Amino acid sequence: MILVIAEQKDGKLNRASWEAIAAAQQLSAGAMPVKVAVAGHNVSGVAGELAQAAVAEVIAVDHAALAQYTPDAFVQALQQLITQAAPAMVFFPHSYQTRDFSATLATRLDRALVTDVIGVTQSGGAAAFSRPMFQGKLTADVVPQGPTPHLISIQIGAFRADAMQKGASAASVATAAVKIDESTLRQKPEAPFQEAKQAVDLSQAERIVSVGRGIKSQENIAVAEQLAKAFGAELAASRPICDNGWLPMERQIGSSGQTVAPKLYVALGISGAIQHLVGMKGSRTIVAINKDAEAPIFEVADYGIQGDLFELAPAIIAELQK
Amino acid sequence: MKIAVCIKQVPTREWQPRLNDDKTWVRDQDVSYEMNEPDAYALEEALRLREKHSGEVVVCSAGPTRVQQVIREALARGADRALHVEADALGPADAFVAASALSAAMAEQQFDLILTGLQSDDQGHAQFGPVLAEKLGMPHSTIIMEVNVDGSVLRVKRELEGGWFQYLSMPLPALLTIQSGINTLRYATLKGIMAAKKKEIIKVAAPAGGGARQKIVALYAPQKSKQTVMIGGSPAEAAKELVKRLREEARVL
Repeated sequence: MILVIAEQKDGKLNRASWEAIAAAQQLSAGAMPVKVAVAGHNVSGVAGELAQAAVAEVIAVDHAALAQYTPDAFVQALQQLITQAAPAMVFFPHSYQTRDFSATLATRLDRALVTDVIGVTQSGGAAAFSRPMFQGKLTADVVPQGPTPHLISIQIGAFRADAMQKGASAASVATAAVKIDESTLRQKPEAPFQEAKQAVDLSQAERIVSVGRGIKSQENIAVAEQLAKAFGAELAASRPICDNGWLPMERQIGSSGQTVAPKLYVALGISGAIQHLVGMKGSRTIVAINKDAEAPIFEVADYGIQGDLFELAPAIIAELQK
Repeated sequence: MKIAVCIKQVPTREWQPRLNDDKTWVRDQDVSYEMNEPDAYALEEALRLREKHSGEVVVCSAGPTRVQQVIREALARGADRALHVEADALGPADAFVAASALSAAMAEQQFDLILTGLQSDDQGHAQFGPVLAEKLGMPHSTIIMEVNVDGSVLRVKRELEGGWFQYLSMPLPALLTIQSGINTLRYATLKGIMAAKKKEIIKVAAPAGGGARQKIVALYAPQKSKQTVMIGGSPAEAAKELVKRLREEARVL
């Protein structure tokens, strides 16, 4: 059995949960039952929503101590759930929350965890999981070692939520009782907040020119600015540019920034680490300009130019102004 | 305060990977190395905490002899001393094996706080920190953008997705994985480089056992999800062709 751990917050399902279910259904191909569990407090609504999926069962793991996420409470709850349910594999969406607790859970269970999975395949009778390595320059097929269950986190956007098979009728919803000793919870969380009101909502932009490490220095940001202007586009950036303070954090595209899907996305000097790709690969037309022909950004690009952005950007601006 | 920083030596960003003969790992002889970038931010944060609270910063790394390059660099930037768990097999080791290799030697040192990068630029498991914390019996938090220490209580700012953040507190000793961009990096001065030569590096043999949790059965260039039209020619020719295709083919201009 494959057990998918769906993610919710305040009764709202994280959409990436559907993608993890789709991945489980694809690997199972009907040969192995798929169950879905969701942990939190007052999660019956979310459990009912998940019951649309073609799965054997939905399991609600409900406890007051799970109302606000802490790694300690989630590890305690999911350790008990996994021990009771005895799945062969446990799938998670590769969210920041999963990243926070899944390695602890795997260590406590003394089982393998494979993160960031973008594909499932078979290798000599065993399930193998594809994941990017070396900043996306290579992909590895990994076979988890040691006894089951094996824990697998599914990269956001790698499987399509709309490929998830729905059931003819709603799946049954069960409740799993877990014990959580609240005196052992070490992390005391405060309420989540947004730093500043996002002045720019890049998700509404029709065209985006996004700049990465290839721009080399803060002074050169003007080159990207001019290109954006010529395209009638918003200016955005990959994480390192914002880390350096060359552009404000609110213009960051990727897992820690905004997710966008404009008509046109021009990646200027961006190599295309997975954390960036998840934020932009839904764009309709992607143009990649990079000096490195092997840069992973070219894997998602519709049009690619290998070359010096400092020569290409002015040439494109001149062409657009003709 | 006794602070440990776990650093990893990873291939440089410019490195072009070449595969070994059985296509399950890269050709090590082609690789040039540098300090994993998120670990560099963790080191910087540790140095800042030491400046504020006094104490010492101990840099810890697991890997072959070659990782002394990044250990020396960390010492040159200001770490006080180092712990190197040395074994050739630790080069391509998974996060579980690396954390197991370091945990025994680090447990003896009784650190108050352990910092490391949120993930490595090579294998990128993002598991090492939480696994080490669990093995040492410490609480942890991940993807941290601010660290405040008040007595025995740690209050940190954790990055959530899509521009959200959260503060949380936990008792020391604890482990944090640090996000890139938390601070501005300092670089080694000549004085620092000279001083580093005299700093102590304790070498520890890797403990036996610690079976791998992951086996790479194939390593390959990523499969394209799209048919990319590569546009060649001079910059002016390429620009002309690109704009034409964006106007007439993609119709996005």
